[in-house]
Amino acid sequence: MEFDLSEEHRLVQSTVREWATSRLLPLAAEMDRSGRYPPELLLELGEMGLMGVFIPEAYGGGGMNAVSCCIVIEEIARAEAALSAVVSVNNSLVCYPIFAFGTEHQKRMYLRELARGRKVGCYCLTEPTAGSDAASLRTTARDAGDHWVLNGTKIFVTNGVEADVLIVYARSDAESGSGGISAFIAERGDPGLAVGKVEHKLGIRASSTCEIVLEDCRLPKDRLLGERGKGFHIALATLDGGRIGIAAQALGIARAAMEDAVAYAKERRQFGRPIAEFQATQWKIADMATRIQAGRLLTYRAAWIRDQGRRHTKEASVAKLFASETAMWAATQAVQIYGGYGYIQDYPVERHFRDAKITEIYEGTSEVQRMVIARQLLGTST
Amino acid sequence: MNVVVCVKYVPDTEAPIRIRADGRGIEESGLPFKLNYYDEHAVEEALRIKERTGGTVTVVTVGPSTAAQALRQGVAMGADAAIHVEDPALDGADHLGVARALAAAIAAQGCDLVICGKLSTDDNASVVGPALAEFLGFPQATAVTKLELSDGKATAHREVEGAVEILQVVLPAVITVERSINEPRYPSLPGIMRAKRTAIAVKTLGDLGLTLEEAGGVAARTEVLGYAPPPRRQAGRILEGEPVEMVKELVRLLREEAKVL
Repeated sequence: MEFDLSEEHRLVQSTVREWATSRLLPLAAEMDRSGRYPPELLLELGEMGLMGVFIPEAYGGGGMNAVSCCIVIEEIARAEAALSAVVSVNNSLVCYPIFAFGTEHQKRMYLRELARGRKVGCYCLTEPTAGSDAASLRTTARDAGDHWVLNGTKIFVTNGVEADVLIVYARSDAESGSGGISAFIAERGDPGLAVGKVEHKLGIRASSTCEIVLEDCRLPKDRLLGERGKGFHIALATLDGGRIGIAAQALGIARAAMEDAVAYAKERRQFGRPIAEFQATQWKIADMATRIQAGRLLTYRAAWIRDQGRRHTKEASVAKLFASETAMWAATQAVQIYGGYGYIQDYPVERHFRDAKITEIYEGTSEVQRMVIARQLLGTST
Repeated sequence: MNVVVCVKYVPDTEAPIRIRADGRGIEESGLPFKLNYYDEHAVEEALRIKERTGGTVTVVTVGPSTAAQALRQGVAMGADAAIHVEDPALDGADHLGVARALAAAIAAQGCDLVICGKLSTDDNASVVGPALAEFLGFPQATAVTKLELSDGKATAHREVEGAVEILQVVLPAVITVERSINEPRYPSLPGIMRAKRTAIAVKTLGDLGLTLEEAGGVAARTEVLGYAPPPRRQAGRILEGEPVEMVKELVRLLREEAKVL
């Protein structure tokens, strides 16, 4: 057993922490208010290799692994959660499937630009009537001989407004359920592809969430990602990694809530002493630290199993479930410690509270995670 | 141009410092260490020179085994090679001893330019760079804010009281840099992986042909007698009453108690 981070992981951690603290944290409140992120931040991240952490150097990536990716995402989320969502999506949901299932041509075409932060991606799976039950998706892909024609509407697409490269799932064959679904790579500007309604959200406001409308969208034949009809398998394999990323994001938000609450508790005086001296505060902080530490061990372990090339569906769901519920819980405690000041926008915990909620919802709700975990244990299919 | 950069692994300036029980040093266990800020700027300057003119960048440090982290960070930023002078005999060495060890390592390596940070944030002494130049027999320019190289010479800008002093030194030279000279890059992930693969050349005093009397702790000509924490900051005082009275009282306090007027 070895619980310490390796020397290189520690260097990754200190580097990203320094970048996030000096470059991102000072912008966080304004990003939340304006609902956008400065695009140059992605170039800075790309320069450091953080937009394609586990993509090999030969394709322009960071050449590291899933554990490193957790470290990176946690540190970014500690400073500002919305940008960490963009980083997580680009790494886990866009770079990964292209790297794992793409042709050599597709890898050369897309990975370098995505990993360097010169292009950014999004993931289009959810539809108005296919959320947790993703296999019921209705977007169609018709084989028109020398090209594909896609029709349908995708919703809740993180980073959809800014994305240059879109991973799109559509039904290419008549079979119902999870069979007959294929994955495609679309690009901004493809004919028939448009950004639809842009959502106003509770949290992670600096990242966009929108509809992607496909209306007779023509894609060249070589945009099929992986085998025809294997799209659902690609979606699930991709989400295993994505969930580890969201677990790391949740840990970053939980840590932000705890660290801010610790600092405040030492400064805020009531009844003639800092509120940190009251046991009611101490126990909240002790419980936050305990849950965060447990969540981090679960998350690192899921990532480590992934790095060993072993199946990690259950571990990823366990980590995502626990870490996201820890984020929401820790943010709630932090608001409570701040009292009235926790409910107003002048202090950061109000933002952490709003940002935390999404981690219990996207890339599989807590209910879906419990379903996945139970299914792995009970061996049932529904 | 082959550039050597001297670096030091120092306690994180944001970490709370505790004085050791014997009062002769600081408690290092559990204390987070970092690459000295000024040295990050020195590495950056060397990398920019390499990018303009080609050549290599070598980082060198004198320190315990943990100091290898400072070298790894230098390589992760883009340096090509690293030398670690590590010898138990150097425990307790003073600034001159460290400078002598660095000089021997640099002389053995050979280079066109040596860059150091202006100071290290732990000791604030600004001695090693200038002493190193003396031991190497190189000209020097300290606290440099802008550096230009041409025809075997370096033009160095230094900020002096109310003016900029411009010096020209013949290469090879030792330059110590201010933080305003550049904005250091962050290490990249591929850089960090390269740092992991890059072998650090470890040298003892014996390897460098130095005796204990020349550079070791026994040769130290300065001795630390003790460390004391800075005086506790006293709570501020709030004056009360009519503004006219408060101003009078404030002026009196500034003159008589604070003695700043």
